[in-house]
Amino acid sequence: MDITDFYDTFFEEAEELLADMERYLLELDVDAPDTEQLNAIFRAAHSIKGGAGTFGFDVLQRTTHLFENLLDHTRKGELKLRRDIVDIFLETKDMLSDQLDAYRNSDEPDQEAFERICETLQRLALEEIGQDLEGGSTSVAAPKPQAKPEPEPKPEPVASDEPDIEADSNHCIVTLLNVGEKDRQLLVEELGQLGEVITHGGDEACYEVTLASSVGNDDIEAVMCFIVDADQVQIRSAGGVSASPADAPEPEKKAPAQQQPTAQPTPPEAPSPKPAAAKSAGEAKPAGDAKSAKAKSKAKGGGESTSIRVSVDKVDQIINLVGELIITQSMLDQTVSEMEGVADSALLNGMSLLQRNARDLQESVMSIRMIPMDFVFSRFPRVVRETAGKLGKEIELVTEGESTELDKSLTERIIDPLTHLVRNSLDHGIEPPDVREAAGKPRTGKLILSAKHQGGNIIIEVIDDGAGLNRDRLLAKARENGLPVSDTMSDDEVWQLIFAPGFSTAKEVTDVSGRGVGMDVVKRNIQGMGGHVLIMSTPGEGTTIRIVLPLTLAILDGMSIKVGNEMFILPLSAVLESLQPAKEDLYAMAGDDVVLKVRDEYLPVVAVHEALDVPNAKTTLTETIAVIVQGEGRRYALLVDDLVGQQQVVVKNLETNYRKVPGVSAATILGDGSVALILDITGLHRLSRAKKEKRRPERGLQTLEVLTENALEN
Amino acid sequence: MSQTNDAALAAAEAHNREFLVFSLGDEEYAVDILKVQEIRGYENVTRIANAPDFIKGVTNLRGVIVPIVDLRIKFHLDKVEYGGQTVVIVVNVEDRVVGIVVDGVSDVMTLSPDQIKPAPEFGVTLSSDFLSGLGSLEDRMLVIVDIDKLLTSDEMALVDRVAE
Repeated sequence: MDITDFYDTFFEEAEELLADMERYLLELDVDAPDTEQLNAIFRAAHSIKGGAGTFGFDVLQRTTHLFENLLDHTRKGELKLRRDIVDIFLETKDMLSDQLDAYRNSDEPDQEAFERICETLQRLALEEIGQDLEGGSTSVAAPKPQAKPEPEPKPEPVASDEPDIEADSNHCIVTLLNVGEKDRQLLVEELGQLGEVITHGGDEACYEVTLASSVGNDDIEAVMCFIVDADQVQIRSAGGVSASPADAPEPEKKAPAQQQPTAQPTPPEAPSPKPAAAKSAGEAKPAGDAKSAKAKSKAKGGGESTSIRVSVDKVDQIINLVGELIITQSMLDQTVSEMEGVADSALLNGMSLLQRNARDLQESVMSIRMIPMDFVFSRFPRVVRETAGKLGKEIELVTEGESTELDKSLTERIIDPLTHLVRNSLDHGIEPPDVREAAGKPRTGKLILSAKHQGGNIIIEVIDDGAGLNRDRLLAKARENGLPVSDTMSDDEVWQLIFAPGFSTAKEVTDVSGRGVGMDVVKRNIQGMGGHVLIMSTPGEGTTIRIVLPLTLAILDGMSIKVGNEMFILPLSAVLESLQPAKEDLYAMAGDDVVLKVRDEYLPVVAVHEALDVPNAKTTLTETIAVIVQGEGRRYALLVDDLVGQQQVVVKNLETNYRKVPGVSAATILGDGSVALILDITGLHRLSRAKKEKRRPERGLQTLEVLTENALEN
Repeated sequence: MSQTNDAALAAAEAHNREFLVFSLGDEEYAVDILKVQEIRGYENVTRIANAPDFIKGVTNLRGVIVPIVDLRIKFHLDKVEYGGQTVVIVVNVEDRVVGIVVDGVSDVMTLSPDQIKPAPEFGVTLSSDFLSGLGSLEDRMLVIVDIDKLLTSDEMALVDRVAE
C-alpha cells in the first residue's frame, strides 16, 4: 500500500475542515469571540497542518503553520480580533483552499501567493503582538531546506499538562486498537518518520508502539487519523504520565481483546483519550475541558457515521429501478382488477400492500437525491459580507428554511442565479446607510433568504428592505432601450422588464452589478429548471424576488391527453385551463392560421395532430378540446381529442438512446408499460408553424427537415 | 505432434467469431453476437412524429426508452409485415441501446477468419461501408453487418451529431 492512497482522504477531510473554518470565522463575534469557536478554527488549521506534513505538502504545511500560530495567539487573547483581521484570516483560508486544489491536481501551489500571504501573516503578528511567528531565524520567502514533519517550535511553551513532551525528545506509547495488519505496518512506518520507533508488537486487537519523538502527542494523533479512526488510537507518555488530564481510562492490554474481539472498538465510558482536544482546551480554559472533548468527538462521529458518500449514478440507478417497480406494480394491479370472479381477498390485500410499499419506497428513494437548502445558503454569508464591504453598505443576512430539501441537481444549478439575485439586491435594492437613515430606516439593511415547500414546488425568496423598484425609471429605461411599453402596464409587467436582455437601471455601473448582463440569464436558467420568477416590490419598503421551482426533475405532474389513438403527456404546470372551442370564438387569420378568443385574448391555435402527424384524429375544430397552455411566457391553445387524466410520471430521457425530437421534451412509461411522449409546448408551436410554412406553395421547395432543424435551433 | 496441432487449433479458434444470423425477406444477415443484448418480440412501439419511416418509434425495455429501427424498410424490402415471427434484436452500440426489427432469427454461427470474405463494392441501399464482409457457409451466404457503423451513421438519423 502506498501513502498516496490516502491523499484523497486527506483532501476530503481538509476540505471539510476548511469549510468549517470559514463558517466559524464568519460566525465570530469580533468584540467578544467565543473561545469554543476560536478553538475549533485553531484545531482545523492544526489538523490540516498535521496531514500536510505527513504527505509532504510543504507549502500548505508552512502556511497552516503560520496561520495556526497566529490563531493560537488569538485564542489566548494576545491578539485582539478586528474585522480586518478576520478578513485576513478568511483570505488565508481561501489561499489554503487554492493550495489544496493545486496539490489535488498534482500541481505546485502558487509560490508568489504563498509568499504574499506569509508576509501578511508575519506582518500582522509583528504589528499586533510584536512577535515573529517563525522565531525570527528563517526568512519566509526562502524555502526551508529540511523536508517534512519539522518539529515545530511552539511560539511560547505554554504551561500545559504535558510540558516535556514537546520540548525534548520523549518516549511515548501509542496503542492501536483493532487495527488490521496492513494499516499497522503503515502506521509504524508513519511513526518512524515522526521519530524513532523503539519497540513495537502486539496483536490486532491491541498493538503497542513505543516511540521516541519530539513531536507532540496531538500531532501524532493527527497524522494517524488519516489512516485509522481517532478512537482506535491511544497515546500516552512512557513515563506513565497520562497525556490527557481527563484521566483517560488506561486501556488494559488484554481487556478490549477479550471483551470485544470483533466489534468496533468503543473505548469504555467517555471516549476521552483525545490528547488534541483535551490539550487545546487545557490551554485555553481548563474548565471547558470535558465540553471541548465532547464537542470534538461529536463533530467527528457526526461526520463519519451518519452519512456515506455515494455516486449519483448509483442513486439514479436505484431511482430507475424503483420507477420500474412502480410500473410493474400498476400493471399487476390492472391485471388483477380485470380478473373476473376471483375475489380472493388475500390477493387483493397483497396487492394493496404492494402498492403502498412501492409508493413508500419510491418516496424514500427520491428523498436520497434531496439535499437541504443549507447547502446553497451556507455560501451566502461570505458573498454578502464581501459585496457589502465593497459597496460600503451595512447588511444583515437572515436565512430561513435551511432544512428545506431540494433535488441535488437543482441545488447545484440554483446557486449561480441566486448569487446574482443577492448581489443585485445588495447593490440596487438596499440603500447606503446614510440614505437609509435619512429615510427613517435603520442603517443596517436586511436581506432575507428563505426557502419553503408549497405543493409540489419549492419557493425560494430573496427579500430586501431597500428602496424597491422604481416604476418610472424602469419605464423610462425600457423606452430608451426600445422596448414596447406603455404607462398603463401593470406593476407586475413593469417589474418583469428587469429580465429583458441588456436592461439595467443602475445609475452607474459598479463592480458588483449593473452591466445589464445577467437578469435575463437568471430568468433563462430558472426557466431551464422548469421554474419561474416573480417580483413583488413596494417603493420605500423593499423588493421580494420569488423563485418557484419543481422539487425534482425526475418526476413530473402530467396531464395525459389523447390525440387519435396516441397518448401524450402535458406538463401540468403549463396547463392553465381547457375548454371546448365554440365556432364564434375561432378566427381564421391570413390563410390557415387560426386564433382562439379566450376572455378577450387571442391565442394562437396549435393542432397537436397536425404538428405530430397523428392519424385518425378529430379534425373538426369544434369537436376537439382546446387546452390553454403557457410556455416561455406565451399562451397557446393546443387542440387535442380528449383529456384522459392527471398522473405523476417518471421522466425518461429520449436522448440517452435516441436523439432530440422536435416538439417533445422527454418520454415516460405509462401504467400499461407503453411509452408516452411528454410534449414541449413551445417546440410544438414552432413545429406547427414550420409545417404551415411548408404547405405554402412559395416555400414548397424547403423540406420539412430543414424547417424542423430551424425550429430546433431557434 | 498432437500438441502443436492443439495449439494451432486453439489459435485458430481464438480468431473465430460468433455471429447471430437473422433474415430479412429471403436474405440472411449476421451481426457480431457480442453486440447483441437480447431478442424480443415486436410490441408496444410508440410512434415518433417527423422521424424517417424506418424509425418505428420507441419502446420500453425494462425502464429504458429504446428506439426501434426496421431494417426491412431501411433496406427497401418489398414485404414488410408485423406478425408473430417478427423479432426485435436489441443491440448495444457505442453505449446506446437500439432495437432492430427483422423477419426472424435463425441461429448462431461460428465463422473462422477464412470463411469471411471481403464485401464487394455494391449496393446503393446498403453501402459496403456498413459491412464487415460476407460469410460463406457451404451453400449459404451471410451478409455480415457492421452494426456499429450502420446505426451510428448519419443516414440512420439515430444520433444527434455534435455539429448541430
